[in-house]
Amino acid sequence: MRKLMKLTLSILCAVLLLFGFKTWCEHLEKQSVAAKPTAGKQKKLTIYNWGDYIDPSIIKSFQKDTGYQVDYETFDSNEAMYTKIKQGGTHYDLAVPSDYMVQKMRQEHLLKPLDHQKLTGFKNYDQRFLNEPFDPHNRYSVPYFWGTLGIVYNDLYVKPGSIKSWNDLWNPKYKQQIMLIDSARDIMGMTLASMGKSVNTTDEPSLAAARGKLITLMPNVKAIVADEIKTYMAQNEAALAVDYSGDAAEMLDQNKHLHYVVPNDGGNIWFDNLVIPKTVKNEQAAYAFINYMSRPDIAAKNAEYVGYATPNKQAKARLPKHITQDRAWYPDQKTLNRLEPYENLGPNLTERYNDYFLEFKMSN
Amino acid sequence: MRKQNTNAFTVLYYAWIILFVILPVLLLLFESFKNINGQFTLGNYRSFFESGTYLRMTFNSVFFAIVVTLITLLISYPMAFIMSRLKHAQFWLLLVILPTWVNLLLKAYAFIGLFAKQGTVNDFLTFIGIGPQQLMFTNTAFITVAAYIEIPFMIMPIFNSLVEIDQSLINAARDLGATQAQTMRKVVIPLSMNGVRAGIQAVFIPTLSLFMITRLIGGNRVITLGTAIEEHFLVTQNWGMGATIGIVLIVAMVITMYLTRDRKQGGK
Repeated sequence: MRKLMKLTLSILCAVLLLFGFKTWCEHLEKQSVAAKPTAGKQKKLTIYNWGDYIDPSIIKSFQKDTGYQVDYETFDSNEAMYTKIKQGGTHYDLAVPSDYMVQKMRQEHLLKPLDHQKLTGFKNYDQRFLNEPFDPHNRYSVPYFWGTLGIVYNDLYVKPGSIKSWNDLWNPKYKQQIMLIDSARDIMGMTLASMGKSVNTTDEPSLAAARGKLITLMPNVKAIVADEIKTYMAQNEAALAVDYSGDAAEMLDQNKHLHYVVPNDGGNIWFDNLVIPKTVKNEQAAYAFINYMSRPDIAAKNAEYVGYATPNKQAKARLPKHITQDRAWYPDQKTLNRLEPYENLGPNLTERYNDYFLEFKMSN
Repeated sequence: MRKQNTNAFTVLYYAWIILFVILPVLLLLFESFKNINGQFTLGNYRSFFESGTYLRMTFNSVFFAIVVTLITLLISYPMAFIMSRLKHAQFWLLLVILPTWVNLLLKAYAFIGLFAKQGTVNDFLTFIGIGPQQLMFTNTAFITVAAYIEIPFMIMPIFNSLVEIDQSLINAARDLGATQAQTMRKVVIPLSMNGVRAGIQAVFIPTLSLFMITRLIGGNRVITLGTAIEEHFLVTQNWGMGATIGIVLIVAMVITMYLTRDRKQGGK
């Protein structure tokens, strides 16, 4: 009994000590923040963005130029961000949801409409990337970056230029060579595109046909994985992969043999967008930041750092030619016209997509 | 006075059990009767038992869990037995427990390095002339990694039950003329059955719903119910169906506990 008491006491002591340490650390952190010259309650801007999705020097220059102090928080999935904003208790002034999530948040009244009078840089954007179905007339959002879903191939195993269409994946010579991203919407969407259908298909016969076609891809599938796909492809583990352009850019940086293709028979184009959530505290600062990010020089700088495609026409003109002329990152107009953003399909169809994808996974 | 004191203490434990064990299970059960629009229905259970996909997945989960449990048992029992006879038994036990201090994800990634196309194992196979094999994303890889992860949880209870056996019982058996094999069969194994049962429960039940490894090592070529639960809660947000699968798993676990229960005490 004595021993037990002693043990309990020492654990309690350790907890207290750690807790004290934590409070002390927080205190230090606050002090260092308060020490900054620009600090002040009215001057704070809270941004909720994806991890590693902005050039840190831009935040610094924004703080210097405007006097606002930026509090930058990150999330790793649309759903996580959505839950946090919906449940309240947060005070984000800006968030960066993807297309279908903008639609969902807009329908659930979680976003504040934008006052286009206050957007000074809106004319810099390419018309092609505005007025998308997920947010008609950009009432709630300004595009931040865009990208595609495509095929990564390794030129050690695949002849360059031989991959043009989604249907090339079904070629029997790629037996057990393809890695797929573990996402029902993307893989079903890519199959629908290969059949010449929309990635937002809702009619049952087309979906059932896509399921059937997808199952015939199984012999070629090596694995269905998530983020690990980048490591595997960089290690030459598989010849082909279906993945987003953002992930592809990371892989290509690590392995010279990898190339990225946007198939010419349609597919998905995605957008991440700046929005002002209902939880906004400092609207003025939010507009200041959106306008700052719309500036051609800043958007170009950011695009070079992040490596994704910018929807800002003026900024694109300032980027080096070898980036903007690369078809992989900026597909030609014809390919681009066939790409569609995802629409929010509602719970029942999302379920259908997932059930079919699960059946595909089970089919080996 | 004393009795009241203990009562006051037990209230705390009851509250704990109600809050963190019974209520969550009830909530799960409640959720499993709701469809995607929040109405009450038996539909989730119907679609579970009418769908070949889910039934095959259940079969897969149970099958892999049984195989993994068997393999760990076959490796662990002799190992625990030898360890319990060694001089520095606690030191060896520490070595067995050591890998559990490393995060599960890190261990999985280490195996990726071993099993990859240009990984250590394939380098060795090439060196001895067999040539590289496809190791990742196979059933064998999945079973190996799952067994590796679960082995400490099988060895620990068996080791403890073996150490607890009174040495004089074994001596008595030998004195009375039992051979080594007979002593093993009639004395040691029956007395260590409690440890074996605890080990089987500790391995079988988590393996049943393992899901990270199915994706990382199995490349989703190995599908268990854990995968389906993850998908329903995170992607489809059909919590009803996810909860239904959760209930099915709980039932499977209760069956396991029942089958591996201590029968002697049950018979009294």
